[in-house]
Amino acid sequence: MTLLRALLLGLCLALPAQAQEGAVQTLLQSHADDIAKPSRRTIQPVLDDLAASGLPGILPFLEAWADKGIVQRDADGLFFYGDRNGDAYALRSVEDGTDAGTAGRREASELKPNAGVRKLIATTLVTFQLNDPDPDRRRAALDALSRNPTPDLLAPLRASIETEENRALRNRKEALDRLISIRFGTDPAIRLAAIDWMSDQVSLEARAALNAVLTTETVVGGAPEGANVARRLETGEDFTEAQALAVLARAEIVPDRVGRGDRDAALIAAIADGEIAGRPVATLDTEAARWAAYDALARAGDAPPRPPEGAVAELIAANPITEIYDEPDPAITDAARAALAEVDARVARAQVADLGLDALSLASIYFLAAIGLAITFGVMGVINMAHGEFIMIGAYTGYVVQRVVPDYTASLVIALPLAFAVAAAAGVVLERLVIRHLAHRPLETLLATFGISVALQQIFKNIFGTQAVPLTSPDWLAGAWTLNDVVGISYIRIAIFILAALFLALLVWILRRTRLGLEVRAVTQNPGMAASLGIDPDRVGMVTFALGSGIAGIAGVAIGLFAQVTSEMGAGYIVQSFMTVVVGGVGSVFGTLAGAGLIGGLQKGIEWLNPSNTLAAQTYMILFIILFIQFRPRGIVAQKGRFAQ
Amino acid sequence: MSALLEVSGVSKTFDGFRAIDNLSFSINEPELRAIIGPNGAGKTTFMDLVTGKTRPDTGTIRYGELSRDLTRMSEAQIARAGIGRKFQKPTVFEDQSVDENLAMALRAARNPLTVLLRRPDTEAGVTEMAARVGLGGQLATKAGILSHGQKQWLEIGMLLAQEPRLLLVDEPAAGMTSAERERTTEMLVEAAKTHAVVVIEHDMEFVRRLNCRVTVLHEGRSLAEGSLDHVCADPRVIDVYLGRPESAEAADA
Amino acid sequence: MSMASSWHKYASPAEASRRRPLILRTDVLIFLAILALVTLGATLMAQSGLISTSFVKTLGKTLCLCLAALAMDLVWGYTGILSLGHFAFFGIGGYAIGMWLMWDRTEAIVQSTLARGPLPATDLQLQEAIGSQIFGVVGASDIPWIWTLAGSLPAQLAAAILVPGVIALVFGWLAFRSRVAGVYLSILTQAGTLALSLWLFQNDSGLRGNNGLSGLQNVPGLESVPQSTLSLWFLWASAVALGLAYLAAVWLVAGRFGSVLRGIRDDEARVRFLGYEVEHYKLAIFTVTAMVCGIAGALYYPQAGIVNPAEIAPIASIYLAVWVAIGGRGRLYGAVIGAAVVSLASSWFTGGGAPNVNLGIYTIRWTDWWLVLLGLSFVLVTLYAPKGLGGLVDLWTEHRARRRTGDLGPDQGALRAEEEQA
Repeated sequence: MTLLRALLLGLCLALPAQAQEGAVQTLLQSHADDIAKPSRRTIQPVLDDLAASGLPGILPFLEAWADKGIVQRDADGLFFYGDRNGDAYALRSVEDGTDAGTAGRREASELKPNAGVRKLIATTLVTFQLNDPDPDRRRAALDALSRNPTPDLLAPLRASIETEENRALRNRKEALDRLISIRFGTDPAIRLAAIDWMSDQVSLEARAALNAVLTTETVVGGAPEGANVARRLETGEDFTEAQALAVLARAEIVPDRVGRGDRDAALIAAIADGEIAGRPVATLDTEAARWAAYDALARAGDAPPRPPEGAVAELIAANPITEIYDEPDPAITDAARAALAEVDARVARAQVADLGLDALSLASIYFLAAIGLAITFGVMGVINMAHGEFIMIGAYTGYVVQRVVPDYTASLVIALPLAFAVAAAAGVVLERLVIRHLAHRPLETLLATFGISVALQQIFKNIFGTQAVPLTSPDWLAGAWTLNDVVGISYIRIAIFILAALFLALLVWILRRTRLGLEVRAVTQNPGMAASLGIDPDRVGMVTFALGSGIAGIAGVAIGLFAQVTSEMGAGYIVQSFMTVVVGGVGSVFGTLAGAGLIGGLQKGIEWLNPSNTLAAQTYMILFIILFIQFRPRGIVAQKGRFAQ
Repeated sequence: MSALLEVSGVSKTFDGFRAIDNLSFSINEPELRAIIGPNGAGKTTFMDLVTGKTRPDTGTIRYGELSRDLTRMSEAQIARAGIGRKFQKPTVFEDQSVDENLAMALRAARNPLTVLLRRPDTEAGVTEMAARVGLGGQLATKAGILSHGQKQWLEIGMLLAQEPRLLLVDEPAAGMTSAERERTTEMLVEAAKTHAVVVIEHDMEFVRRLNCRVTVLHEGRSLAEGSLDHVCADPRVIDVYLGRPESAEAADA
Repeated sequence: MSMASSWHKYASPAEASRRRPLILRTDVLIFLAILALVTLGATLMAQSGLISTSFVKTLGKTLCLCLAALAMDLVWGYTGILSLGHFAFFGIGGYAIGMWLMWDRTEAIVQSTLARGPLPATDLQLQEAIGSQIFGVVGASDIPWIWTLAGSLPAQLAAAILVPGVIALVFGWLAFRSRVAGVYLSILTQAGTLALSLWLFQNDSGLRGNNGLSGLQNVPGLESVPQSTLSLWFLWASAVALGLAYLAAVWLVAGRFGSVLRGIRDDEARVRFLGYEVEHYKLAIFTVTAMVCGIAGALYYPQAGIVNPAEIAPIASIYLAVWVAIGGRGRLYGAVIGAAVVSLASSWFTGGGAPNVNLGIYTIRWTDWWLVLLGLSFVLVTLYAPKGLGGLVDLWTEHRARRRTGDLGPDQGALRAEEEQA
């Protein structure tokens, strides 16, 4: 084995060096000395030459070079990718990365460009990446650039704008150009123009760039002559007294603050014969007494002094604290401040729009979850506590279908109608076995269906386990539609919105244009009269129950796509669904729509006012609804008929 | 003598349907009055308006010496002010015994605390009232198992036990045997000696036996008022009750 | 003997017992006797080591649940208000007493720790130490304002009763004033309960978020009393509370007040036309039962040792209704039977007491299937035995009574209303 390797090595060495040289190697060899011993002064022309060659092998070479992954074989001066492997380098060709044998540790030398050179190489690399034919790599380069912008990248960035054909990328490049100009530019006019351009943006990058211009430094004791003063800090408005003291302490104007822990440690250290500074230890059972004792220690020099209390105002008056912009030019900072205010206002408006989208998406979910309930409640006067479990059944149907049909798109196409069918069947069984026998006893129906709900939850828990199971959406639903950095919505939510709109249209069509709808409306408004006209209320009840439960099943698949599928998922929606129905007005499709809109919008609105706490948001929302029902007990769209006064 | 109940210019519309249309009506104390009218004439709505179940769109309903405005009072307040109502269908508490039904109706304080803490012996009052409506032997019977007529009587008994000044009685004789009817007539006539009693009735024979002033309601309006014979002679009343094809044709032409 | 002869004076035994002083009524005497027997028996068996301390606690807790069920029966079985929020009042009672238990115990521990330090503790130090002890678990150390009176037992006992009372009063006033009734009211109470539990779940509720209050089995000042004795004290306290509440409930539903309540259940409008302000009665019974639930919770949670927001979740309140329905609503003993049977059966089945059923291909583990059994048996009771287990008592006592009509139960008022509509 060893013999064989030695033989091979010998063979390689014996081959004439020129024979295996390709274009890259040839080019490199023409600058061999500069590449082997680069210096900041000499390397730029070499890099320019390499970049100008347009050879595909140059880019990986530069990356490896900056990463100290290139070796030069001493024997013939050829360059290779070299991976140190014990006492030898595994060599790979600079042309295409193919194996080019090995070289002993002493037979080749690693290229070690210094930091300055590496930086220049990196710039060249960026140039490469910014012009890479693959848009994803260009985008990655831009991402890297915006994370860590440096002035020397400005030139390659600008150079790449001209040739950029992808519109979005071109926009980003232009934005990035201005970002870098603002921060590192030297010509005030260009910077002002860039700031002005920035004020029309909604991006987070724009905000970051403007904020970077507006960085400040806190100075104590008056601003130096000609400084670009941001503001003078006042206690009570800009910061608290404690913060002011901390600033003064950093400037060594007052002693450091003494914490209660430090104080107690000092006091304990000073205990002598049951006394501290002449006070019996037992008397130190109030904060005031302890501070007094500490101050006595400090006066005696046994403890570090502490800043005076209650004299902060005078201290600040004597030592004004100002914030000074790092940017010396007031014109620039003023423009940046104005631009930032504009961007902030625009971002706020965009956030409102985004909130509206969120609310719309939440409302469509509530609508889907509640509409089935609204129909059954309206037609049959029945509260079905197991409605949430029909949602769950739909979601688990989707899960089972995905286990059988691995293609996500196909399984979704199968799951939606199947979930409808399964949930509708479950609804019919429930209606025939339980609800029909409890006609006209709404409270008992409520409790009996609750029993069903408990049993169903536990049965599904026993079958599928307590862990959440996945319901994966197909890839084409995975992304998000983004308008800008602020406004965006995932495709799943758009799909749910469309689904809700479809069912809204379908239901309105069924109720207004079909025989079933006519019968349903008749039974809703006057069951006795409907029955005497030959409409079978039992049949209508059963069909509506099937319809309502089926829609719940579809809602289950939709919800399962973005939320967890567990046996308890339905219970999480049931109260919201009831409120949607009650707020909207029982028995009305548009009422439910209005209720879903109100509740979805309200929940998002409250979450926006108090973003840290979604639980509290739900609490406030429910309280609001309880109050709302005070003023409109019959809901937004009050139904006339069975439940009307 | 001023009227006990004075309904003036009252209208009530349900979803575009004028159930009561600028109705005026008054009754003295004591007086027996029958209200007749075809289906949909607004008889029951009239009662709902007086007892506070429904609020009028326009008009006033004044009651008693103080001319209290009933449209501003709750059902319970109106009942406590002395207006009792008997429903068309016998409405008694079927799950409770006859004496419990009557005890609940007996005139006494109605606020929860007093009801809870003061528990006067109601036996005498209950027994007397039960005897009066012919249920003396069925004090402990659940109201639900009484016959239809007995339920009607129990309800009349509850009405009387309230000691109202104004009794509104909706179709008291419906579904009764003729013996029961006679008995009911006696009860109402007896009550009308000291109270104001308004009887709504379909049955002309029953009304004739009451032998009192009659108000004819039609389409929410008071069509005619007077003795039964007087109103029966009124051509408008005949129109309403019998229909008159000629007049319809005349209207068409 | 004298009892039997006195029956003949009246038309029926029911009437006979109605005219007797309430406390001497047969059903009341039987109930009190059974309660006393259970409590005494449990005490004796616990003293002689036949039953464990944890079983005594289970019994004591069950009595508290019976007390809550009794309140639920008053509000639902008698008045027809299906409140799906009464267990929230139970939880509030637990939280109120738990605050005192936790605060006082923590204060004692903190005081003894600080006393060992070289400096005498200051008030601020004490507050901070208590704060970080109690609220460290939710990453806070400030003491929320609701704990202002936590150090005072009378204040917290009052809170256990008054806070549920005030909440019920405000909520009930709003709801009854606008004549929200039937299923609407049920949903509204359920929503209110959900709101409360969600609020308690968040960390800055000031009540330790989902951790709840724990260590409640240790009563400050009674550290020297062993848990085995303490559990018996609580059992007796619960039994006395249940007995007194039963008497109070019997007194409440007897006479005209009870008639009005049942009248409201069966036909609210008719009661109004009799001159009773239905809303006042509803508000009164809603508030009083909420306070009873608060008391029950205050007795329950020191025996349970921990109270957390999950206890208040809407489902707990529905279970309360389930117990009453299974026991038989509209009869006080029914509620007690239901709560006792279901909660004891529940702890037997879920505690692994029930033997698994081997079907050959599948083994039914009751820890998994108990809820299915409960849910389905609940459906069956609603469908086929609307009078619940209490109906069995009826069969036994009234077999000689005259024929009875089919009782539609509390919903018949709604039925009548619908017939009227039709």
